Amino acid sequence: MKIVADTPSPLTALDRPNSYIGRAVPRPNLGRLTQGRAQFVSDVTLPRMAHVAYLRSPHAHARIVAIGKSKAEHAKGVIAVVTGADLAKVITPWVGVLSHLKGIKSAPQHAIAVERACWAGEAVCAVVARTRAEAEDACELIDVAYEELPAVTDPETALDPQTPVIHPELGDNLTFERTLDAGEVDKALASSDAVIETTFLFGRHTGVCNEPRAVVADWNAGEERLTVYHGTQAPHMMMNLFAKHLDLEEHQVRVVTRDVGGSFGIKVHTYADEMATVALSKLLRRPVKFVADRIESFVSDIHARDHRVHAKIGVKKDGTITAFVIDDLTGIGPYSVYPRTSGIEANQVVNLTGGPYACPNYRARARVVFQNKNVMCQYRAVGHPIATAVTEGLVDLAANAIAMDPLDIRRKNLYPDDAYPATAASGLRFEKLSHHASLEKIADMMDYKALRAEQERLRKRGIYRGIGFASFIEVTNPSAAFYGVGGARISSQDGATVRLDATGAVFIHSGVTEQGQGAEAVLAQCVASAFGVPIERVRVVTGDTDNVPYGGGTWASRAAGIGGEAAWQAGKALRQNVLAAAASILQAQADALDIVGGIVVDKGTTRERITLDEVARICYFRPDTLPPGFQAELMVTRHYVPRAWPFAFTNGIQASHLEVDTETGFITLLRHWCVEDCGTVINPQLVDEQIRGGIVQGLGAALFEHCLYDERGQMLNGNMADYLVPMAVEMPDMEVGHVVSPTADSELGAKGAGEAGTAGAPACVMNAINDALRPLGAKPLTEMPFTPGRVLAALGRV
Amino acid sequence: MSRQLDIALTVNGERVSERVEPRLNLVDFLRDTLGLTGSHVGCEHGVCGACTVRVNGTIVRGCLMLAVQCDGARVETIEGVSDSGAIADLQEAFTRRNALQCGYCTPGMLLTAQELLARGGLPTREEIREHISGNYCRCTGYHAIVDAIEAVAQQRNGSKA
Repeated sequence: MKIVADTPSPLTALDRPNSYIGRAVPRPNLGRLTQGRAQFVSDVTLPRMAHVAYLRSPHAHARIVAIGKSKAEHAKGVIAVVTGADLAKVITPWVGVLSHLKGIKSAPQHAIAVERACWAGEAVCAVVARTRAEAEDACELIDVAYEELPAVTDPETALDPQTPVIHPELGDNLTFERTLDAGEVDKALASSDAVIETTFLFGRHTGVCNEPRAVVADWNAGEERLTVYHGTQAPHMMMNLFAKHLDLEEHQVRVVTRDVGGSFGIKVHTYADEMATVALSKLLRRPVKFVADRIESFVSDIHARDHRVHAKIGVKKDGTITAFVIDDLTGIGPYSVYPRTSGIEANQVVNLTGGPYACPNYRARARVVFQNKNVMCQYRAVGHPIATAVTEGLVDLAANAIAMDPLDIRRKNLYPDDAYPATAASGLRFEKLSHHASLEKIADMMDYKALRAEQERLRKRGIYRGIGFASFIEVTNPSAAFYGVGGARISSQDGATVRLDATGAVFIHSGVTEQGQGAEAVLAQCVASAFGVPIERVRVVTGDTDNVPYGGGTWASRAAGIGGEAAWQAGKALRQNVLAAAASILQAQADALDIVGGIVVDKGTTRERITLDEVARICYFRPDTLPPGFQAELMVTRHYVPRAWPFAFTNGIQASHLEVDTETGFITLLRHWCVEDCGTVINPQLVDEQIRGGIVQGLGAALFEHCLYDERGQMLNGNMADYLVPMAVEMPDMEVGHVVSPTADSELGAKGAGEAGTAGAPACVMNAINDALRPLGAKPLTEMPFTPGRVLAALGRV
Repeated sequence: MSRQLDIALTVNGERVSERVEPRLNLVDFLRDTLGLTGSHVGCEHGVCGACTVRVNGTIVRGCLMLAVQCDGARVETIEGVSDSGAIADLQEAFTRRNALQCGYCTPGMLLTAQELLARGGLPTREEIREHISGNYCRCTGYHAIVDAIEAVAQQRNGSKA
């Protein structure tokens, strides 16, 4: 029996009686999910609802000469056939730039391509019909005349003078460039005993959410309101964008987000086909539904990673790391994605590389270029897997060059646990991290010495096992520094409204959203603990812009740390208001009362004074019996945003143990460990499962996942049979441990945990593979995914 | 467009008669024609397992079988299996262990797990992993799912002893 014990965390400051903070409370929404009673967007049907299918460009770059619609218009079930030019009359294009990414540029992107298609998969025409099948049938009858244009596909040559410029009005194919030079890099390298230089390559991959992107848009001409049922992470952001580009006021738009079948950053962006669907609803004055099928998901969901990083590290014989140098190049497709831009991942690579280490000398350049492939943007752990793999790959190469144990070189260089607050060479500010405590804990959990001894024994029998580590830092709880300062209307603050209902139960309405990570459980825990009711009496409402406080939603590991703190504060405020009402009824002093287990008691005792349902009954139905001048306020709202620190950095370390079959190149993952420090652990089970799920997404990137393109910009494996994702049989058991360093920026002290697993897993797998193959003289593997073919090539066998 | 065909079958114990297009697959029939939206569509080419349902007692991919092939068949979906209480212990274990996050794969995962557990005995973790390796879960990393299935195998085995 491995079910997690319901044990409290080491937390004490939040130990109110019956506190749920630190407990593995089951999520309130699992009943509907396990019984097939959930409501995903793909389940939504409305009266008069039509379905849209998009005809997508087969060419990576082509001029649209003519679109023959008439055969499709007369096909069975067809309601409308709409081109980009038709739709541009109701929806304006957008440009994905942010003012704080200096110099970033992009071109206007239309909901449906107008005149030119810039990647294979961009929608060029829409068919709206009674059923999706009829819409797809009619798509086959559309006659598009294309004039193929040269496709820019290789980032390495995108900036060459002879390469065509995808958007001539921009002057070149450079989207964004950032450079950084801290300390004295050249001097540090010159003083090193060894300088190691290599190139890391990261395959383009994508989120493969189990539920594809889906939207049902319902423009009600009678009330001039647009309701959008949307599988999104950021309902208020989308409300703003729908209004802005459809010439509506924000209050005319309602975004409803119920169950979402996986998001991971995929569903936090503006997608042209989703914007087009909403515009079609307005154009046709009826509900329109779009659900991406799997094939179109592969060519239209954002891709990520696809970075080439030339990298260098200097080290002294005593293990001191002297400098990090990186040159990152990434191709992001033909448009910077709106509104978060496609410059953020490269920017994060610059920010995060070398981040765990107290090394003042750091030089970086990152260039982001346009190309005629599907767009790239932020996917889970944005930039972290790249920065961590580059950093940790270099550190292991350095350790090997001076014959030092990989844990010892980390012990020598990681920021000491008493060094905080600290500022990294890249300028990042750390409030409190615990790299050394985490490292010692993982070494103990995995019994490092015993594993090394076993490795040695097995090598003599021709069995090659490897052990790899990756220390990492993670950006969570972002303030306005992430997007708001760059001009995007993406809220960094979040709100919670709590209400005592007439029977003593509590409702919480929150601006964060549930994507499966357990945000609703965390909100319920915070409110139940702060207010003082059994958690079964808390009802959580999220994902409805008409009915929740304005907020940012769920991304960048913010829901627990920011949304949870707002809920905690709202719960406390409601307790004060309810105690004031109870004191008024009881003719007692409010500060001599408390709420425990749903009952008003004398503070510090369990002596019952009045039940909550009795307080509510009097306040709602017999307010005439309350003293004159007293007005009960049984609903309160509180907001929260981190102010002292732009981001709440977390840290951790992962370890991988694996075996490489040197005959076939196959890699078997044996075990995986992670110790991470997300501050206060509100729900240990949910944190552990975020870590485990994140690790496996990172393992997929390390071993399997790759969007393969040919030189003409055609994706070659855009289906789940050819694009490999991690399945149960290839994945290892994962042990998770914690160190707790709460942030002082909030009362709860919780930081995020959603990115940590994905941030570190690819790096430690890479290090473990190279550790396994080192005695065979293999060239270190630095190109992900680590396929059997690449392993055999490194061994010189193919 | 080819001629529509009449089919008669039982779905979750209810008799159903419908006229369908020959090309309509089983999961679209269940979801769109009958409103049984607990079975999900993930990949539409038999890889992800989100559409797993039972036909005549055996799990199948609802996207790889046509509705017309189910004429005369006995079809069970997550809704029916839930209402019968047949997998209540498995659902409880998934909930207690948080063996689901977004929940989109869960109906198919539960039906697949139930097939393994119905064979009796105590499958190893490797056997559990092998058995569910046709069901894609992007959220959990599978560890918690294996834990939950293993726990139910132990419970059911213990209760028989």
